[in-house]
Amino acid sequence: MHANILIQLLLNGLIAGSIYGMIAVGYAMVYSILRFINFAHGYIAMIGMYLAYTFSTLWGVNFIIACLLAVVCSGLLGLLIERIAYKPLRKTFYLAPLITSVGVSYSLEALALLIWGADVRSYNLHMDRSFSLLGARITEVQLIIIVVLVLSIALLAWLLKKTPLGIAIRAAADDFDMCFLVGVDGDQIIAAVFVIGSALAGIAGILLGMNTNLQTTIGLAVTIKAFAAIILGGLGNIYSCVLGGLIIGLAENLGIWYLPSVWKDAVAYVILFVILLIKPSGLLGANREAEVKL
Amino acid sequence: MTQMIFHLIILVAIYGILAISLNIIVGYTGLFSLGHAAFFGIGAYTSAILSLAGVSFWAAMFAGGILSVLVGLLVGFSTVNLQGDYFCIATLACGQVMNAVFTNWMSLTRGPDGLPGIPSPRIFGYTLSSLPSFALLTLIILGIVLFLTQRLSWSPFGRLMLGIREDTIAAESIGKNVSNVKIQVILAGAFLAGIAGSLFASYISYINPGDFDINLSILILLMVVLGGMGNNYGSLVGAFAMVLIPTVLLLAGLPSAFSGALQELIYGLALIALMLFRPRGLLGESHFISRSDRVEERETRAASD
Repeated sequence: MHANILIQLLLNGLIAGSIYGMIAVGYAMVYSILRFINFAHGYIAMIGMYLAYTFSTLWGVNFIIACLLAVVCSGLLGLLIERIAYKPLRKTFYLAPLITSVGVSYSLEALALLIWGADVRSYNLHMDRSFSLLGARITEVQLIIIVVLVLSIALLAWLLKKTPLGIAIRAAADDFDMCFLVGVDGDQIIAAVFVIGSALAGIAGILLGMNTNLQTTIGLAVTIKAFAAIILGGLGNIYSCVLGGLIIGLAENLGIWYLPSVWKDAVAYVILFVILLIKPSGLLGANREAEVKL
Repeated sequence: MTQMIFHLIILVAIYGILAISLNIIVGYTGLFSLGHAAFFGIGAYTSAILSLAGVSFWAAMFAGGILSVLVGLLVGFSTVNLQGDYFCIATLACGQVMNAVFTNWMSLTRGPDGLPGIPSPRIFGYTLSSLPSFALLTLIILGIVLFLTQRLSWSPFGRLMLGIREDTIAAESIGKNVSNVKIQVILAGAFLAGIAGSLFASYISYINPGDFDINLSILILLMVVLGGMGNNYGSLVGAFAMVLIPTVLLLAGLPSAFSGALQELIYGLALIALMLFRPRGLLGESHFISRSDRVEERETRAASD
């Protein structure tokens, strides 16, 4: 019986963790080029989650189309935020963009509260079938989540490795000024990174909503957990972000085996804190100065 | 009406102390802390629990400050060498963990139910239960705090704080122990925040974990940024504005669920607008040299050499 619970917790942890990992990837892409923590990233995931809800449940659009729309909107929202709140501050004191990103997060949460209210909601997917796997139960929704996650990460990996845009993004992460010298338009690269990262956050937000439920208050927790994932994995590449996310997801789900479930969020914070303490460059990371290669 | 005005004065004074305590960390030293509400909470809880157990007001308040310092010591030692944004996230995580402690240490804090019936302070045999007397107490403490922090900011130590904010490497290269200074600054901020928390608990007489969450940390930050980073009077002005906004929304008679979210929206947009249009804040000093200016300066110097 204990083994079954363990496998179930492992499974839940892996799914939650890979969602965190996916948010972390978008986060890390922005950080790799601008060297600034976009606090609002987790809040964009929250907005994406609710947009899909509005399109599908309130407006009656087919769920898949609603999700695609929501992902596109999240990407555009990311771009809008970058243009309004970050771009004008790119060359100022380092605290300035950090403070605006806190302001953006706060505004997004307030907007969500004003539009959708504080009640917990769900997508009403009516997909209740489940399969048994090594004694644990895996639901249809969870299977879909896993497929979408693997596909998105694979798509992103292809985009970064093979396309001209991806190569330009990696080059910009490597040396932004050098990129500029060889004729890559830095502003466009930054815009592309915000669109891609925010769209990924949108996808992850929807998956998170499918996995549990919809709350306007999850933005902060998601932001911190994704950051913890980056720190854990080290800013190495997209896979190390996903790995970091998996560790966080597993730790918080296995943690509630020993601890009351109210401490679930605190587990991620403590991990983050301890990692920052002993090895800020991450478990897999290079040293801080030469960090970040996507 | 007079009651209302005294109430506002007390709140402005308490939040003013709190904002000044963050200002010396964020404004003067450039350490971007997003967990400052934790120190306020520790002060409030410590002094509330001790007062309920019959300890005198001054002792309880002092104990609140000291416990804040002890926690600050832990936080300071572990985060002091983290760079800007990492420090920010680490302090945020500390704040969240501290809030989880307030919420879940049922036997001590009664969790989400909060602690009711915290007694008013008794000083020299007088119980300060009336609003004017409490306002006087908070104003006196605010005055002392303001005097001390102003002295601090003009002292050599204050110059060193500014130096660390402007250029940490330069401060290090002239032989200053930067980590040590940063820890001392965090401790001073933690102590003052603890004092403010203790005043808050004994004034409101009921506290719960929701009073000390991330929203408060952001609110204090907004006070500091609004008034002008690195300006103690500015923090006071910021505290005044941040006390006034909810009062105005309250008087406007909006439904509370709506006005809460509206308030959040105003705060969020204010932070963005301030950074875009007036990064120095209302009263701020122009200590912030933009990175591009500095590069330009270096280039002109290099060219002239």
